[in-house]
Amino acid sequence: MQEKIILKDAIEKIKSSNLKGKGGANFPTGQKWESVLDAKGDKKYVVCNGSEGEPGVKKDAYILENYPEQLIKGINLAMDSVHAKEGIIYLNQNYYKKFNSILRKIIKDLPISVFMKPVNAGYVGGVETVVLNVIENKRFEPRLRPPFPVSKGLYGFPTIVNNVETLYDAALVNEGKYSGDKFFTINGAKYNGVFPLHEDLTIMEILNLTENVPEKDFFVQVGGDASGQILNQNQLNQKVTSVGCITIHEISSHDPMKLMNYWMDFFQKESCGQCTPCREGTYRIKEILHSKNPDWKILISLLQNMKETSFCGLGSSVCIPFFSYFKNVVSVLPKNKINSIKNSSVLLKAISEASFNG
Amino acid sequence: MVKIKLKINGKRVECEKGDNILKAAENNGIIIPALCRHPDFKAKGNCRLCVVEIKGRNGLFSSCSTEAEEGMEIFTDTEPIRVSRAVNLRLLFGEHSQSCDECMRKFDCPLIYMEKDYPSKENFNERKNDRKVYKIANAIEFDLSRCVDCRNCFDACSALQKINFLELEGKNSGQKIVPTKNGNIHCILCGQCTLHCPVSSAREQQQWKDVESAINNPKKIVIAQIAPSVRVSIGEEFGIPHGELVLEQMVTALKKLNFDYVFDVSFGADITTMVESKELLERIEKGGKLPMITSCCPSWVLYCEFYHPELLPYLTTSRSPQIHLGGIVKTYWAKKMNVEPKDIVVVSIMPCTSKKYEASRKELMVNGLHPVDHVLTVRELAFMIKKNGMDLSKLEKTLPDSPAGETGSGVIYGESGGVMESALRAAAFVLNKEKEKEIDINFRKIRTLEGVKEAVVEVSGKKLRIAVVNGIGNIEPIIENLKDYDYIEVMACPGGCIAGGGQPIPTTQEIRKARVNALAGIYKKSKIRKAYENKPVADMLAWTDSEKLNDKLLFTHFHKRRSY
Repeated sequence: MQEKIILKDAIEKIKSSNLKGKGGANFPTGQKWESVLDAKGDKKYVVCNGSEGEPGVKKDAYILENYPEQLIKGINLAMDSVHAKEGIIYLNQNYYKKFNSILRKIIKDLPISVFMKPVNAGYVGGVETVVLNVIENKRFEPRLRPPFPVSKGLYGFPTIVNNVETLYDAALVNEGKYSGDKFFTINGAKYNGVFPLHEDLTIMEILNLTENVPEKDFFVQVGGDASGQILNQNQLNQKVTSVGCITIHEISSHDPMKLMNYWMDFFQKESCGQCTPCREGTYRIKEILHSKNPDWKILISLLQNMKETSFCGLGSSVCIPFFSYFKNVVSVLPKNKINSIKNSSVLLKAISEASFNG
Repeated sequence: MVKIKLKINGKRVECEKGDNILKAAENNGIIIPALCRHPDFKAKGNCRLCVVEIKGRNGLFSSCSTEAEEGMEIFTDTEPIRVSRAVNLRLLFGEHSQSCDECMRKFDCPLIYMEKDYPSKENFNERKNDRKVYKIANAIEFDLSRCVDCRNCFDACSALQKINFLELEGKNSGQKIVPTKNGNIHCILCGQCTLHCPVSSAREQQQWKDVESAINNPKKIVIAQIAPSVRVSIGEEFGIPHGELVLEQMVTALKKLNFDYVFDVSFGADITTMVESKELLERIEKGGKLPMITSCCPSWVLYCEFYHPELLPYLTTSRSPQIHLGGIVKTYWAKKMNVEPKDIVVVSIMPCTSKKYEASRKELMVNGLHPVDHVLTVRELAFMIKKNGMDLSKLEKTLPDSPAGETGSGVIYGESGGVMESALRAAAFVLNKEKEKEIDINFRKIRTLEGVKEAVVEVSGKKLRIAVVNGIGNIEPIIENLKDYDYIEVMACPGGCIAGGGQPIPTTQEIRKARVNALAGIYKKSKIRKAYENKPVADMLAWTDSEKLNDKLLFTHFHKRRSY
């Protein structure tokens, strides 16, 4: 009884700290834990998601390298809080090779194992329900929700799936040491790297603090180099929601077609193929981008359709970089850059007519 | 059953708690377009055509996988929904080779049907045109240039039939459903993949062209023989209610297609019943291999030959109804009609894809000829009728040709449990013949749609432990407990032949039931109720016996195999 009160106390602490998941979805961590605690199940699991498949993001690696003890504490706390008998650290292949032995040394006798994500599980292998399928050796595709993993997760049992940073933070919250710091990855800058800074800082403040404000005109992609949002120089007075990652693009060296092709090649390759809008949409958008005279209007309608009808978060997030790039950057690009875009007049017209709603 | 109330498109409706939105709408007469959804399978939510809006929630939701809730307000046809459906439909068309001219589904293609409601100006190029066609034996083929990745074939093969012959290879737009590379897994040709494919990508290997050229050859006498279960299902292809009997309209259609004679396979089924019941009694009396297991389902035979050769001695050595009748046609009937057997072309109309393969088995040949030359599925015949501009519902009735006076017990061959019931009735009669009194044994309780049904039946003082299995996915527990039974009937397709791999699309649990009820109705009304009372069958068996043709015409054998 005593123990239960203490554990419940940890969940309460996390709830009142307002800690949210750092894997991108911003789901309240305390609420997730409480759901798993309340869920009926003979067994419960805690999965620490260290897939970190979003290009550009390096924060999980930073925590694994610098604070592995604190991470294990967090996993253990989650397991205790929901009476889970087993914890699994799910790592991409590189991280597994790098951190497996150090993690095992810290884990010692705790019922926590380290799982290597197969290379071909790819980007989608970081999606919560895909993580479960990968561990269960099923096809690397998302599951229908509901049921949510908190009630039917790994092998059908209630499961917490939390990002590495979330579990690291949870341990800090429990010890009263959580300062609100977040790990920001910065790319394309003078000083690239991972910086622990307060989560309430604006993008501009972060760039200033890290002495990374470029001298030339630029724009940024925040939240990851694939699914992150594009913001222009005048839009940096806001916080970084989602995954803390800022990538700087200097306009003078920027190639619009190259950037869009980078996104689409990535998404097309990583689409699992399960649902029509994403499987076919990414294929057709790639085809359109590689065509002589891209039909930008169809491209936008395909992105909109992916956003609205995709099965999982991968498909629905493909529009984010494109739409924000169209809205925030294309209009401020110098003429020579605009002209480097194939069929640019059609694009400009399509942008002016599009609502990019939602 | 708990009812819940909700609103769909402003209309107050009720549904059962636990229903998904698609089902709730459908049960209230509101049709939501859907492609990958099939009530035989768990919702997959792949095609994304069935999306709806829910008041108070952002975005669109796939109605096949979203549970209806009390008080929900659902919209199925708003502008954002229409836009997204049109886009996703175009994307699906881009995966589907549109060589529609020779496609058997061109008269009821769901893609073309939906396009009328969700038209679009431009189309994407057909990106899969250079993909392969995989052929399995002479029965099934997978045309990957038409596959729209709904994965119903995969579910049919894995979840339903537990064969796992199909594999999902690759990912993204490069994914493919392909035959397994595992050499220990073999397709049993049941055709459930073809029955569940919405776009004729998984389909039967078509023989209607061969049949057409036989008909056009003046030297050939072309005979159609109609399987029992077909007469209650083919009407569905023409909008006739499920389970309505259309045998005689079929005969008219076949005659108009210039078939020379139309026979009823029920006649062959009565032969099978007599042969099989005799074997059962002999095995019981002489201590032969028991349980005896039926072998008229060619996919079940393949399952044994590939996966359980140790079961082969248990199978009845009786040939199947189509082979019995085809053999009789090319001997007894040919002689009677004074025609050369080699000029006869026998075409079976079957609910089955596997019968195509059965017909090609060398061990069944009679005097160098295959008893059956071509096998058409119900869908193939419906296609031939449609493309010749006929509508079955508008045709007059014609009786099938002799020597096949229809019998009632042969007709129930179409449903699961029917084969066994016929044979047991005949066996019961033979055991009691000195009494010359009809024995009233009601076996009906063993005939159901559940996967496995067991009973103990008393036949003239002998207690027989029997089992009826339909759906090859349900067979393994029975095989593990073989010694618990004396007689087992196995049909590879869930529901038996009435839901065989060659039946009309769609086939669902509800439709299976409607077809079963219709067959049972025919059985009740039929004048000649029992195979053993079928005088022409008795005469024919006496003839084969006197001509010493029993081995040639009535029996077969099986062998372990690693390929077709």
